[in-house]
Amino acid sequence: MSRFIATRRLASNIFVSKSATRTFCNDAPSKLNDVPHGSQFNKELEDEQGFTNDIPQYDIAIVGGGMVGMALACSLASMPLTKQLSIAIIDSNPALTNGSSIKKDDPPDPRVSTVTPATISLFKGIGAWQYVEQHRHAYFDRMQVWDYTGFGYTRYNARDADKDVLGCVVENKVLHKSLLSCLQNKDFKKTIYPTRLSSMSLPTRSSVSAAGASQSKSLANLAKLELSDGTNLYAKLVVGADGSKSHVRELAGIKTTGWNYSQSAVICTVEHSAENFCAWQRFLPAGPIALLPIGDNFSNIVWTMSPKEASNHKIMSEDDFVKAVNHALDFGYGPHPESQVFGSGVLSSFFRPDVTSSANEGFELPPKVVKVASQRMAFPLSLMHANQYASKRVVLIGDAAHTVHPLAGQGVNMGYGDAASLSNVIADGVAVGSDIGEVTLLKKYEADRKTANITMMAVLDGFQKAYSVDFGPLNILRAAAFNGANVFAPLKKNIISYASGERRLPFLS
Amino acid sequence: MVLASKSVAMSRTMFTRSLYQLQNLSRSNGLSLHSSSTNFKHAVLAAFQPLLHSRPYANNPQPAASASSVDQAELAKFAAIAESWWDAEGPFKPLHVMNPTRLTFIRSTLCRHFGKDPFSARPFEGLKFIDVGCGGGILSEPLARMGASVTGIDAVEKNIKIAQVHADLDPVASSIEYRCTTAENLVEEQMKFDAVIALEVIEHVANPDGFCKSLSALTKPHGATIISTINRSMRAYATAIVAAEYILHWLPKGTHQWSSFLTPEELVLTLQRASISVEEMAGFAYDPLTGQWSLTDDISVNFIAFGIKNSE
Repeated sequence: MSRFIATRRLASNIFVSKSATRTFCNDAPSKLNDVPHGSQFNKELEDEQGFTNDIPQYDIAIVGGGMVGMALACSLASMPLTKQLSIAIIDSNPALTNGSSIKKDDPPDPRVSTVTPATISLFKGIGAWQYVEQHRHAYFDRMQVWDYTGFGYTRYNARDADKDVLGCVVENKVLHKSLLSCLQNKDFKKTIYPTRLSSMSLPTRSSVSAAGASQSKSLANLAKLELSDGTNLYAKLVVGADGSKSHVRELAGIKTTGWNYSQSAVICTVEHSAENFCAWQRFLPAGPIALLPIGDNFSNIVWTMSPKEASNHKIMSEDDFVKAVNHALDFGYGPHPESQVFGSGVLSSFFRPDVTSSANEGFELPPKVVKVASQRMAFPLSLMHANQYASKRVVLIGDAAHTVHPLAGQGVNMGYGDAASLSNVIADGVAVGSDIGEVTLLKKYEADRKTANITMMAVLDGFQKAYSVDFGPLNILRAAAFNGANVFAPLKKNIISYASGERRLPFLS
Repeated sequence: MVLASKSVAMSRTMFTRSLYQLQNLSRSNGLSLHSSSTNFKHAVLAAFQPLLHSRPYANNPQPAASASSVDQAELAKFAAIAESWWDAEGPFKPLHVMNPTRLTFIRSTLCRHFGKDPFSARPFEGLKFIDVGCGGGILSEPLARMGASVTGIDAVEKNIKIAQVHADLDPVASSIEYRCTTAENLVEEQMKFDAVIALEVIEHVANPDGFCKSLSALTKPHGATIISTINRSMRAYATAIVAAEYILHWLPKGTHQWSSFLTPEELVLTLQRASISVEEMAGFAYDPLTGQWSLTDDISVNFIAFGIKNSE
């Protein structure tokens, strides 16, 4: 048997060498042609205008250096896997380059954001919160929500959800400056282009195959950005963080869905005679008015109303405005709710373990406004959601991807959540050696954030619609909701933790 | 009556197929049980050309054939699929979706083995890797981005061409050396690598034993060998063949043959005979709700093994 095999083995040796050349590739190894590696370098603007033909290449180009764009840059700079990436930030805002400082004596700017605990921990994680604490900021641990019908109210206390704070109110310019300081203090390859994006060309299959030599082929596979001052640059990934009228979104051909609320928001800084520690929101027939503590004796007003009323309120005298605000927060449009103190009584002792401690707090009136401390601004409000967050080599974060009604202070927090998620996805991609502009990687970010964002938008839109109708049974229903949320601990805890950004979806743990 | 005899014939074929598999293990060459002359030629060629069809998704009939008529048809089939290698939504979509999970395992085991910083973006700088059965380069390119000097080999010329074209699009990937050759040829050239990686190849090879010996010869002493394949279990039959090929149409019908699958025990023993000791093994699980793969301890369907070559 073995000799049988041996002879066949000999025969097969000859057979094999003949057939090998026929069936398989030829013996000459198909060697790769020597390609000079595409140079990766950051060039200052002055060099570009010189004689070199080399166009700078970056790993990521962030279009829009606002709060969310800078948060993404900081987040990438703080992670070991991504801190070696080279970043270009394109924003014509002079604050990015001239490094102006914020004076402590200035009254607060009316553009403020309420950052949720989730955002605070994000900032702490990237090392930017220490800079925020050096400027004016106001933590608050109490919140009262009621409406004009006077049927009910809800008081939230951070202790109900075993937390220290419900959130912190910070001026937008403080957040932005903190992120910028944090970024500048990190050893990170970033270049700021103080200009605007004028056009962008993204790789398509035809453009890549049409490119000739191998170096231009590799460049044809990148996104090319043309800026309005004439500079060009290449990037593996373009991040659109340029706000609700995003140019990047338009150039990438991503469509949006949404509608305009027939409302505008009037914002203003006001002063009290004593410090305010609680956040107040009263739903009026035309829209909610919110009073948020901003620190010292100041508070910020966000008052949603019809566009005509908004322009009236913007131009009326300061005294009239103060009167209008006090009226709206006090007896205007309807009575005060009765204090529902869940006090003694046989029935209450049954429910005591389930009842929140803040249910024992009675209804309080917000502090009176003494004077207006800043100019008044008005913005139209709308709901917008991009149909996709990512396409090849382009991704959208922040307001470029979604805008919401300010009634729950969630807008910029959703944007920060996007920045955190995208930087994690990019880090995962770098860990497994992916091309960071690949759609499959970016779709992971989209899958993560789209669900969370759409849910939050649905909840907020639902609230906005529920509170814009003055209809008897609906008013009773809303009152029941107020009282229910006030009294039942699990519901209140759920609402607080969802609004704090701890959970992606309400009611599902 | 006809149906009954057909089913008897089928069960006999299945029985002979599994018997063939058993014999395949005990002998170093894989002679078929049939005695017809064409089958003999196929079998002998299979014995001495273990990497005959070392490409994933090959429509591989009973032991790897190399008579010209059959092969031209096979190659033509691959030529058709080869164009879509890099189409993430095309026929290779399951592979693209599974790729990050495989890379996670490879990255963590190799970083630990070579003592590299797992948080570095390019931990494999200065190491030489080879991707056996690289196909379109879906594994080679990420490895190159992680800093390794990668050589990618495949027996199908079209795959190598596709891989080169795609690698040229990224300056980092264009440093990959692609060659249309077999592992045995490289053994003859006495090439050695720090890590030899052969994913989803061994189930398409007629002689796993010889294949593992070639991989071992390519590995430096105390170097790493990583092999991934599909388990020969009932669950794998239901999942990787019936579900993947016939129900979900993830893979073309006939891509895999259950009888060519190896159980983890067989793979470990085969590698041991080739002086490689398997240190770690993990499985891949697919979650249909999220459409994502994840690493798991369950090696009943897809599994990946990391082994270290004994130092001489």
